[in-house]
Amino acid sequence: MHKNEVWVFVEQRNGKPADVSFELLSKGRKLADSMKGVLKAIVIGHDVKGIATETFKYGANEAILVDHPDLKLFRTMPYTRIMNDLIKQHNPRIILFGATVYGRDLAPRVASNTKSGLTADCTDLKISDVKYLGKDYPQLLLQIRPAFGGNIVATIITPDVHVQMATVREGVMEMHPCEKPFPVKITEVAYKPIDIDGILEVIEQHVEESKVNLKGAPIIVAGGYGLGSKENFKLLHDLAHVIGGEVAGSRAAVDAGFIGSERQVGQTGVTVRPKLYIAVGISGAIQHRAGMQEAKKIIAINTDPDAPIFGVSHYGIVGDAAQVIPLLIETYKNKLK
Amino acid sequence: MFKSIVLVKQVPDTANITGKVMKDDGTVNRSMLPAIFNYEDKVALEFALQIKDTYGGKVIAITMGPARAADILRECLFMGADEVYAISDRKFAGADTLATSYVLSEAIKKIGDYDFIFAGRQAIDGDTAQVGPQTAEKLEIPQITYAEEILGIKDGKIKIKKKIDGGYEIVQCKMPVLITVLKGAAEPRPFQAKRIMAYKGAKTLTELEKLTEGNSLLYVDTMKHEYEERNLFIETYSADDLKVDESRCGIKGSPTKVHKVESVVLSGGSKELIEPTRDGMGILIDKLLEDRIF
Repeated sequence: MHKNEVWVFVEQRNGKPADVSFELLSKGRKLADSMKGVLKAIVIGHDVKGIATETFKYGANEAILVDHPDLKLFRTMPYTRIMNDLIKQHNPRIILFGATVYGRDLAPRVASNTKSGLTADCTDLKISDVKYLGKDYPQLLLQIRPAFGGNIVATIITPDVHVQMATVREGVMEMHPCEKPFPVKITEVAYKPIDIDGILEVIEQHVEESKVNLKGAPIIVAGGYGLGSKENFKLLHDLAHVIGGEVAGSRAAVDAGFIGSERQVGQTGVTVRPKLYIAVGISGAIQHRAGMQEAKKIIAINTDPDAPIFGVSHYGIVGDAAQVIPLLIETYKNKLK
Repeated sequence: MFKSIVLVKQVPDTANITGKVMKDDGTVNRSMLPAIFNYEDKVALEFALQIKDTYGGKVIAITMGPARAADILRECLFMGADEVYAISDRKFAGADTLATSYVLSEAIKKIGDYDFIFAGRQAIDGDTAQVGPQTAEKLEIPQITYAEEILGIKDGKIKIKKKIDGGYEIVQCKMPVLITVLKGAAEPRPFQAKRIMAYKGAKTLTELEKLTEGNSLLYVDTMKHEYEERNLFIETYSADDLKVDESRCGIKGSPTKVHKVESVVLSGGSKELIEPTRDGMGILIDKLLEDRIF
């Protein structure tokens, strides 16, 4: 019988692998193990054999490499066609994509072509036997995500299709280098350009190295809509400066323009695991909690004593940030400097 | 002269959940949420209207949804859409993105030729961003997602600035093409007073039937005719009108199934409360030192 195959689409930008792809390989390894299957990395690009080799560090059994000068930059049409052809040929059971701009461009189109199920922005993935409408389905992929504005957590399954797809945001899964990697086995697949591949041209590409590194920050000071203004965010910058942290925000704060989207923590932003997370004026919707609840220590500061953020905090302060934060800065300076 | 079709959706306002819609057990009463025009779809409509302003042509808005979704079609007319279509049928209910994109693509085929299809990047009730690309795939046309700016249209090609992770790209694509639009890409124009006056009475067949409740079918037909004459009749496409494969619509056509739903009960209560005072801050910092955070 065909082995259960778990695939990870390994995204690269200008020849550099995306972190989220290695995180997904680490998760994919676990999923493959729990269904006694194999993990394959799909690497598409130009001069990317190095990336294909690197995937074995994160648990791949095999890498499928499609390398061609025309594939240097991501373009929907050729990348979709390559994925569709590979899927039809190998019939994998699971495919994971990073929920990046490229991943969210590619995955739905591939799912549409191959008539696969697809769940966006999963916060957890598991393999389980499922009884659904009286029928038994062995080893289904449980695709878990908050839904409906975060008011429910839904477990999505795609029982009646063979290929189960999911996208996952960067930082949600943890990257684990393998202790005993499998031997490198790279299978090269040829790419032949066709007319429609050239229908879209990338004329220019501007990518700036992100100066923000929320994922790596040991301390994060995050603000929410409750802070009320961009000016009040200055308090957070002051605090972060003194205690050596990064500033972040909830989606509501980003939507209100208090802080840039590259600093958004939560289901549709970045997932962080700092040693200290200070949530200021954040009510604590589940999408936000999904992105920060694994912090080692959480301090919540909020004027509303019933704010749900207190439910995940280790230390709660009911009070106005404009008064509490200056006090906190002053006390910190007195005690530690 | 370019023809644009804009995909719009009515969504529950999940972003503004107030105490009124919370049930006693802390979960949300979904039927109490107000229905609103998905904002990014409004931005998509603005893109299409700007193209019409610059190059001439036509803007058509379509929505798939229950009867009450006709509200946002009227809003499209208020903003400047030339034609609107409701795509509505019980058989479409419960559709995931795959089934939705199938029905939308069939409706688009029925409406006919086009240069552009615009849609918001995603709808706030699901945040999946899948319907756009899946519709493009079914129509076998290219797509540009996360569009931020239209840079120009020339020789059958559109040039777009689009967001990518950590930056942006300038891409050029042959038309027809489907384009999904980001929130900040344009400011949707306000409803125009003249157009509100002209179109506030626009109605779908279902709405006319409601209006004429208790009267004969013949009367509904007369009304329909009259509304058509006055350019106030909103056409509805049903499964039969679109001649769709019913096994690909609604719940039947949706591979994703909800296996389990847990309502989130948000409760408060920290493990430890700290007073918002100087003394309190002293205690907090001592605790964090003990925890080896600092």
